[in-house]
Amino acid sequence: MESGKTKVISVLVENKPGVLHSIANLFRRRNFNIESITVGATQQKDIARMTITVNADEKTLDQVVKQVAKQIDTLTVEELEQGTFVMRELALIKVNITVSKERSDVINFVNVFRGRIIDVSTDSITVEITGGPYKIDAFLNLMKTYGVLELARTGITALARGAKSIRIDE
Amino acid sequence: MPKMSGAQALLESLERQNVDTIFGILGGAILPVYDALYNNKKIRHILARHEQCAAHEAEGYAKASGRVGVCMATSGPGATNLVTGIANAYLDSSPVIALTGQIPTCGINSSYMIGRDAFQEADILGITTAITKHNYQPRTVSEIPQMVTNAFHIATTGRPGPVLIDLPKNVQTNIDHVEFTDKHNIRSYRLPQTPKPAQVNQAAELLAKAERPILLIGGGVILAGASDEIIKMSDLLMAPVATTFMGKGAFPENHPLSLGSVGMHGNPAANRLISEADVLLAVGTRFSDRATTNLDTFAKDAKKIQIDIDAAEINKNIEVDLAIIADAKVSLNMLFTATSEKLKKGEGKVWIKRVKEAKEQLSPLLKEIPRDMVPKALLSELRKLLPQNGIITTEVGQNQMWSALYMQALQPRTFISSGGLGTMGFGFPAAIGAKVACQDRIVVDIAGDGSFIMSEQELACSVMEDIPVIVVVLNNGVLGMVAQWQRTLYDRRYNAINLGKTPDFVKLAEAYGAQGIRVDSIDKFKNAVKTAMNSKVTTVIDVPIGSETDVVPFVPPGYGLPQQRGDY
Repeated sequence: MESGKTKVISVLVENKPGVLHSIANLFRRRNFNIESITVGATQQKDIARMTITVNADEKTLDQVVKQVAKQIDTLTVEELEQGTFVMRELALIKVNITVSKERSDVINFVNVFRGRIIDVSTDSITVEITGGPYKIDAFLNLMKTYGVLELARTGITALARGAKSIRIDE
Repeated sequence: MPKMSGAQALLESLERQNVDTIFGILGGAILPVYDALYNNKKIRHILARHEQCAAHEAEGYAKASGRVGVCMATSGPGATNLVTGIANAYLDSSPVIALTGQIPTCGINSSYMIGRDAFQEADILGITTAITKHNYQPRTVSEIPQMVTNAFHIATTGRPGPVLIDLPKNVQTNIDHVEFTDKHNIRSYRLPQTPKPAQVNQAAELLAKAERPILLIGGGVILAGASDEIIKMSDLLMAPVATTFMGKGAFPENHPLSLGSVGMHGNPAANRLISEADVLLAVGTRFSDRATTNLDTFAKDAKKIQIDIDAAEINKNIEVDLAIIADAKVSLNMLFTATSEKLKKGEGKVWIKRVKEAKEQLSPLLKEIPRDMVPKALLSELRKLLPQNGIITTEVGQNQMWSALYMQALQPRTFISSGGLGTMGFGFPAAIGAKVACQDRIVVDIAGDGSFIMSEQELACSVMEDIPVIVVVLNNGVLGMVAQWQRTLYDRRYNAINLGKTPDFVKLAEAYGAQGIRVDSIDKFKNAVKTAMNSKVTTVIDVPIGSETDVVPFVPPGYGLPQQRGDY
């Protein structure tokens, strides 16, 4: 395993086929496990933003960032520095409910964490929760008492703080 | 806007890029392009006998001329056979365009469509993602002209490299309006700017103060056409110049300040002096493992300045004190001016004396040259016979390292080899490509028997297409470099290295309609080379040499540059 800290890289790329493959490939080649990757549209529909979190040492990551920058379809790459960006992750958690007291307990926790209940059955509750990864981890830990039947996490997406924006000209 | 098929649009786009030659092999999925080539007067198609060789031929053409080399193959196995050649071009930063046929995106028979594992389908875009600078697949005819313009722009600018264009068959045959353009439009591809004067000044400061400066130059200097600037810089600083293997030819090796090439089988004078320098100016080199041998001890007393056009090469292998990310020629010109303003004349006499002394003591070519059938004698004689602008290609292995040590390169683009990937079988097709690009020059492939066998079928191509080159087979009956490793590092446990006396290279050459000559003395070798140089047909000179001759000196894996072993 690579020893290092979790880093967040924000990449703007041309929104077209093959780009995700070529970028993900650069991480695979250096045996970096991408902890999470989110890809989606930006304010310009022909540009996509990739938010990649990896656990990596500084020097190797520096190489990968330069290699990502070198890809023809890459517009910008930025390593987001701790404290200079906002980030959110979405998790959907299906919790096992065996007795009705558990249901009210879970609903209380969901309220405390400002989550939402999006599906209920006689023996399960599905919760939507957004926040930083630590908040989701904390909520998940609480739910383990009841039994997590299924879990889906999106991985984080992030933006730098402040008014600064990147506008790519045609 | 004219109306035409995708195949015609492709050819016209290639013509607009001044493509005069395509090396290739046809097949079902590229037939429409071959059909369009039927009446084409501007582009010569050269039929290779294996797609890998078509790619090497295109690269030889590119390396010899500085122009883009173009190769072409059909889908599936044709495309995958190109892969080694494309990877070779990628590692050596050669501008090559690879064109491949592909299964249609849609069609009359719906099972004959991309993604359904049709006959001869391979995902060549996926396969080549990691070994091309970029790849493309047009989905409509009208996209083709812009795509070709962009592909050539990418292949030739910045750090050059191969670009693949995968052409679905229906896109080749469809007819549509097309608009040709010479303007590239890739907004996400930006080239490095002119160096910042402050950086150049800092570098000049370091160089002007240096007591023992040295230049280390790589293939990037050749690609940038910056050889004259290196000569000027070296003269200004009175600094010796070592090249990497890829940099051979970027600085004339008969120049008094030339140290030859550095590295595992480098010239000992270069290896020694790099370790004694106090300022190292590295230009267009990625500090490969074969050049540096041990990253921790490499030039450890030197302040390091690196000029490279590729930002990703800075601090990748060697940490440098100062980096200039820009074109080598532009940077060197600025650096020359800035340094000459700061430099005090008449200093550095001690260093020059040391350089002269090290060269005299250590350079293999300044030691005695035997008269036996040994590589040093053979290659020194070949150098004497060959014109200055004669082009050398090499295979990979001992033949290549002997060439690095004993075959002086005097001009840029006259020493062509597979430096990064180390592809056996590269030299002969590269020689064919080089000869096509430079028809009035002599081209010699210095080969080993093991490597030559990997591409010998291209004899058919060279004879049929009338491309006469010379192949010197240093024939030791073994896979020599790995045999040397087994001898020195594996306690002589020889395994799988014996090639025996087969084939008979004279008969092999003759079987293809080429000329074969076997020699058993230096004088006969010289005569054979003279005969070959005047021959209108490719000549294979079979030169039997001892099977236990090592390439020496040698830096064993893990050791530093001056820790070379072996009597030489």
